[in-house]
Amino acid sequence: MDTAYSTEDLAFRDEVRGFFDEAYTPELQQRLRSPDYKNAIEEWQRKLYDKGWIAPNWPAEYGGTGWTATQKYIYETERSLAGIPNVVPFGLVMVANVIMAYGTDEQKEYFLPRILKSEDWWCQGYSEPGSGSDLASLKTKAERDGDDFIINGAKIWTTYAQYADWIFCLVRTDNSGKKQEGITFILIDMKSEGIKVNPIISIDNHHSLNEVEFNNVRVPAKNVVGEIGKGWTVAKALLAHERTGIAGVADVKRAVRVIKEVAAKEENGGQRLMDDPGFQQRLADIEVELMALEFTELRTLATQAAGGFPGPESSLLKIKGTELQQATQELLMEIAAYYQGVLPIDLDPNALGHDFATEARRNYMYGRAATIYGGSNEVQKNIIAKYVLGLE
Amino acid sequence: MNFDFTEEQQMVRDSIARFVQDDYDWDTRKAIVASDEGMNRVNWQLFAELGWLSIPFAEEHGGFGGNIVDLSVVMEELGKGLVVEPYFPTVVLFGGLIKRAGNEAQQAEWLPRIIGGEVLGAFAYVERQSRFALHDCQTTATKSGDGYVLNGEKVVVFNGEQADHLVVLARTSGEQSDQNGLSLFVVDASAAGVSKMSYPMMDGQRVANITFNDVALGADALLGEEGNALSVVDALTDEAIIALASEAVGIMGVLNTKTLEYTKTREQFGVAIGSYQALQHRMVDTMMAYEQSKSLLFKALCEYKQDPAMAAETIHALKVLIDRNGKHVFGEAIQMHGGMGMTDELDIGHYAKRLMMINTTFGDATYHRNRYIETAYAA
Repeated sequence: MDTAYSTEDLAFRDEVRGFFDEAYTPELQQRLRSPDYKNAIEEWQRKLYDKGWIAPNWPAEYGGTGWTATQKYIYETERSLAGIPNVVPFGLVMVANVIMAYGTDEQKEYFLPRILKSEDWWCQGYSEPGSGSDLASLKTKAERDGDDFIINGAKIWTTYAQYADWIFCLVRTDNSGKKQEGITFILIDMKSEGIKVNPIISIDNHHSLNEVEFNNVRVPAKNVVGEIGKGWTVAKALLAHERTGIAGVADVKRAVRVIKEVAAKEENGGQRLMDDPGFQQRLADIEVELMALEFTELRTLATQAAGGFPGPESSLLKIKGTELQQATQELLMEIAAYYQGVLPIDLDPNALGHDFATEARRNYMYGRAATIYGGSNEVQKNIIAKYVLGLE
Repeated sequence: MNFDFTEEQQMVRDSIARFVQDDYDWDTRKAIVASDEGMNRVNWQLFAELGWLSIPFAEEHGGFGGNIVDLSVVMEELGKGLVVEPYFPTVVLFGGLIKRAGNEAQQAEWLPRIIGGEVLGAFAYVERQSRFALHDCQTTATKSGDGYVLNGEKVVVFNGEQADHLVVLARTSGEQSDQNGLSLFVVDASAAGVSKMSYPMMDGQRVANITFNDVALGADALLGEEGNALSVVDALTDEAIIALASEAVGIMGVLNTKTLEYTKTREQFGVAIGSYQALQHRMVDTMMAYEQSKSLLFKALCEYKQDPAMAAETIHALKVLIDRNGKHVFGEAIQMHGGMGMTDELDIGHYAKRLMMINTTFGDATYHRNRYIETAYAA
């Protein structure tokens, strides 16, 4: 039972701080919040690549950092302290893990270096119109034609499909058995003929979601990852990675710091909002759960680092993490008071009131998705009840 | 970074678990609670022989030289068995004060006797008006010759009925609510002028209100520096809260396990009630409440082990979370056991009552949330 930092850990922390100070420039920060987001985040990811830090969770043989659990924790903590966004997960976290576990040598050699260098933008083709959390009900069809598959159907809620070079998809190659059988995991070039991306504007008034239509899209069979018809196994492995990632403890810690900063400036009847007992109590309640969740995450990290399979403590990361994300988003939104509703137009944000309000509104509105995606929190509870508690 | 227990800790854990399983089944515990003394002195001697009473004390006094994690392991396992023998009042409180504030002679006098099971101790600190404010103290110790004269009343003294020796918090100077002017004294419970009114608590403890009427104390009764007891008591409180939280985590684990097993076997409308999604999701919630409590306990343990001062904010947070999650867990345990959960016969309600007492000891969630806010949000 020990979390004390060693001398090496402290030196590592200084190195991380030093790098972030130098590389994460104000100019880059500003562009990350602008319509130039895609180029800015790719530029940041290439800086991390050059430093060798782009993929802390990859095995060292594929280009990971080989960090200890403590180093990973330090890195995440410092990243959050500096207010640096996480890397885009679709390539680096999701499909990369699948390719490493199930891909052919050819797939590994081609895709993994490109993912590390942020040469391809990936998106995720899991959900379909009508499928909801019942992922296995998917209908997008892949029919064999010589060395190719012909894909027909549609995917939905596809984040940043408008930027994507590649999409990883679950498609149906067989209809004869149980719905979990006959699913295949396949990689599709977004430049293929027959793909159409339809934007969906979400309740944060932004365009990040899309519907992706496939009309007779020809995909080489060598793009299948894992066995044909065994895509469900591949999909479940990926979801486990996705769920751990979306706990977002470091980013909730960052949100709490922002809340404290702005609540110390906001006044109500001449009294700082930060001194309002009702406000303090709500913030304290969030912090108490957050402190616990941080150690739940550390317990999971430590078990994984020791080569063990995470225990029941890891199952709650997605549920508690997303609940806390939403709680902090709500509090920040309330601090903005009237300005929470102001839609951005081409005016100086300060002229429109609080400079944090626009981001608070967007995060709050888009943040509703966190308890829905990656398997809704209700589905997570079904999974925990069945596989952890053994309830049938 | 690791959250593993050492082999030694695992052995202590196993040894207590075996005792609970073999020698402390539910009927045995009920008989002990109902007995004249409300505890079993044979068990107490066994605890001494097995070394459990020596855990938090230094090796030079015959102790195990354990740290906070060792103590946590003991408390968690004792919690699982709802063991009523007065480990917390004697070892953690009475012994904890001697260990912290005692001079060489006092430590040499008391610690080996605690470790040997020869002393039953208590810490008399609560007063009728004080609630959770330790410094709100009307009991006085007035200088008299070389020594002091003690007057006043302490209430709900844990183990007050059986304790043969007490550490008493008393005012040697200042006004009722002053932070300064408090002192600690070791008092023989059978001394002239000490009188007790004993009564049972809902969790099976025996406590007492203890009145001190011109009790004459020698100069050597003073424990620690005169007038500066509050910092010692605050430090003790931190360790005691971690110990209680460990006990609570043990209890929550038992409640969840028992409830889960019950819902897998109890049938209603032709199926096990655990097959209903309405109950499944709630059992996931109580599992999360348990894991979160355990995580925050681990945080407190790691910080306290490095430097007790580092754990100050976490300890307030821990008391808040243990209180809330404890109530959540036992509330659901009673609810899911239905009518049976309401009976005195079943152990569920007794686990619940111990959690209630843990929650209120050294301050409840409301109190500690305020303390957290004072500490963390000071302008």
